[in-house]
Amino acid sequence: MHMENTDNQQKHALQRLMDNPWLLLVLGVVIPTLSYTVWGWIELASMSPATLP
Amino acid sequence: MSLHPPPKDWFVAPAGPERLWIGVGLIWCLVMFIAMPYAHFKGKQNSTGESYAVDKVQFQERVDRQVATNKVGEMNGIPIVEPSPGGDAYLVGRMWSWYPILKLKKGQEYRVHISSTDLQHGFSLLPMNMNFQVLPGYDHVLTLTPTSSGEFEIICNEFCGIGHHLMTGRIIVD
Amino acid sequence: MTNFLPGRSRQCGTTGLPVCFDASFFIKANAVFGVVCLLVGGIAAILLGLTRWSAVHLLNDVMYYRILTLHGIDMLIFWILFFEVAVLYFCCTSLLNSRLFSKKIGWISLVLMFIGAVMTNIMILQGKGDVLMTSYPPLMAHPLFYLGIILVAVGVLVALYNFFATIYIARRDKTYEGSMPLVTFGALAAAIIAVFTLLHGATALIPTFTWSMGWTPQPDAGWYRLVWWALGHPAQQVNLCAMVAIWYFLGAVTTGAKPLNETVSRGAFLLYILFINLASAHHLLVDPGLSASWKIWNTSYAMYLAVLASLVHGFTVPASMEVAQRLKGYGKGMFDWLVHAPWKDPGFSSVALSMIIFGFLGGITGVTLGTEQINIIAHNTLRVPGHFHTTVVGGTTLAFMGLTYYVVPLIFQREFYMKGLLRWQPYIFSIGIVVMSMGMSFAGSYGVPRRHWDVDFAGAVLPAGFDSAAHMMLGVLGIGSIVAFLGLLIFILLTVAAVFFGKSLKESKWEGWQSEAAMAKNRETYNRRDEAYEKASHNVKGTLTLVFILLLAFVVYYFANWKALTDVWFVR
Repeated sequence: MHMENTDNQQKHALQRLMDNPWLLLVLGVVIPTLSYTVWGWIELASMSPATLP
Repeated sequence: MSLHPPPKDWFVAPAGPERLWIGVGLIWCLVMFIAMPYAHFKGKQNSTGESYAVDKVQFQERVDRQVATNKVGEMNGIPIVEPSPGGDAYLVGRMWSWYPILKLKKGQEYRVHISSTDLQHGFSLLPMNMNFQVLPGYDHVLTLTPTSSGEFEIICNEFCGIGHHLMTGRIIVD
Repeated sequence: MTNFLPGRSRQCGTTGLPVCFDASFFIKANAVFGVVCLLVGGIAAILLGLTRWSAVHLLNDVMYYRILTLHGIDMLIFWILFFEVAVLYFCCTSLLNSRLFSKKIGWISLVLMFIGAVMTNIMILQGKGDVLMTSYPPLMAHPLFYLGIILVAVGVLVALYNFFATIYIARRDKTYEGSMPLVTFGALAAAIIAVFTLLHGATALIPTFTWSMGWTPQPDAGWYRLVWWALGHPAQQVNLCAMVAIWYFLGAVTTGAKPLNETVSRGAFLLYILFINLASAHHLLVDPGLSASWKIWNTSYAMYLAVLASLVHGFTVPASMEVAQRLKGYGKGMFDWLVHAPWKDPGFSSVALSMIIFGFLGGITGVTLGTEQINIIAHNTLRVPGHFHTTVVGGTTLAFMGLTYYVVPLIFQREFYMKGLLRWQPYIFSIGIVVMSMGMSFAGSYGVPRRHWDVDFAGAVLPAGFDSAAHMMLGVLGIGSIVAFLGLLIFILLTVAAVFFGKSLKESKWEGWQSEAAMAKNRETYNRRDEAYEKASHNVKGTLTLVFILLLAFVVYYFANWKALTDVWFVR
């Protein structure tokens, strides 16, 4: 017995997400990479030069 | 069934004690989350990471210039520098000392610029136990107001080579 | 429908689960290499504990920083990654009723990880890597120091490929029906976080390696910290997921527990997957160049949703055990279920102690120290190791030890010697770790720095030092480390003795840590789905009480730290 397509459509969106390891992998890598790494990288790269008044 | 595939109808909303605990936990999480921006605006101790890109030689020169203009004494061979109240002060961490000694006035706000001319260092002010990271190439500006007077030790708490545990400094407040 | 090749699997006599021969080989190999790293890291640990204990001050300055590098890397990177790879092999095969995707890929992974671990260890012992685990530029180590870690990272990524590929073929071959088991889902969460971790590790270490070779300029100090900590902290979140998966696994095996609500438990793992890596920001809270907004959003793991996940698991795991225990007849009052839990089964006691230590000590201190402003009074002090020894050691390592108590008889099929002593081991280890961590945390709250050889600052031009109370706490640290080392040694020596010299269990049935009757009751309880079970699922008064006590402790500790912060100078 295997999951039919119709079965799939009856599943809650959250369950479909949790049953999809590939989507979880993509989200689990992309979300923190954007929020932590990319955002942080941009902040460091946009430091202005020191004036040392 | 932790070790086996769950029954087909496993997807159910939380109920009873679980729902209660999730609800209470969520509230606590949101309280902790709000605490930080609240303290950012209303609190007196924050770490905003204000920083500018600086060349190591440039920074050392600025430190030396302040020593030349504002030196008021010496302790164990290290110059004591009194920056103007409300003004900028410069402190360099380098293998293996914090240079110079700063003499500040209690209740006055200073913009303390800290950087390193070699490796990473950890600025750690005792006994208040205030800690900030110091990186070469980064002019880390701490807007600092001493609220107590006396002599305060600075140590280094970021490993910086074999002399790391010899690296100390001072801030004097009167 | 199974996809095992004929004669390439067997059935476990105790759990009934299938065991793939190929996966079994790699479980054993990785577990053994992991324990070797644990031993090296553990010997380093006692030497360090006796050095931070200022009255003893065992190692000299050069050796302290060297052994500290060894300890950090062998424990926080090699030991846990080897063991976790072993866990992944198990979760994608035995629990999915599937063969391992590729033996060849398993070998590539094993060889890369082995060569890498040996390479870095040798470099450190030769004095060519005196840079501590974090190896922050401009500090520079020998190129092979970095290359070793890179090879381990690549090796683990290869093992992860095998894991994901096995999941793929299991679904393709329909070796199981419906959704994957919860424990495998937890392993999946660990694997996903590991992908993030290792990609970032490679990104930080490859340009650092090429710099050490003289081919490229020095990576910017701030950039390196940002990217390296996306290896350093998430590596520990991989641990967290693996540990929680093991809690569910051993909860089932030792008490017959099963999750009350799969959606809740899986949802918590989902929150880990999406948000837990953000909190690498914990290490950068007092760094220059990163704004308050970045710090606050990331350190909160997105409004503490990942912390909610931990609070959830901290409830669902003991709650599931409470339900199982009550169904087995230990239903009197509030805590009879807990009193009559199988505390003599080291698989159970490890997990229970792991939950208590991780929850009450590790989680609370971690979230508190990781508050943007509170970090000002904690960064780089001994409060930080005080925190993470309760999570990685008292939490994860202890849970891994608990799992080992079942892996050795069931996968290695060898019996332990001195089982009586082993029943005590989790307690000895726990007491040691807790005492040591408290010594660290209290010393750190005086400002005693971490990673520091001499807090008397002998020879410094401007004198500095600490109150005698701080030194007393360092003594507590030292004593705790001795007890913990004893607990560790018992575990390692008896595990090695069993694996290499233990009586073979291939032909005989394993006696188990609990009576046959108790284990039968566990299996029976685990399989129940009747109305009585559904009704019983709502009586978790004992667990509710415990978690509310936890929450109270959390609230008190958290606000006490805010108060302590307001006593220091004004700064922004």
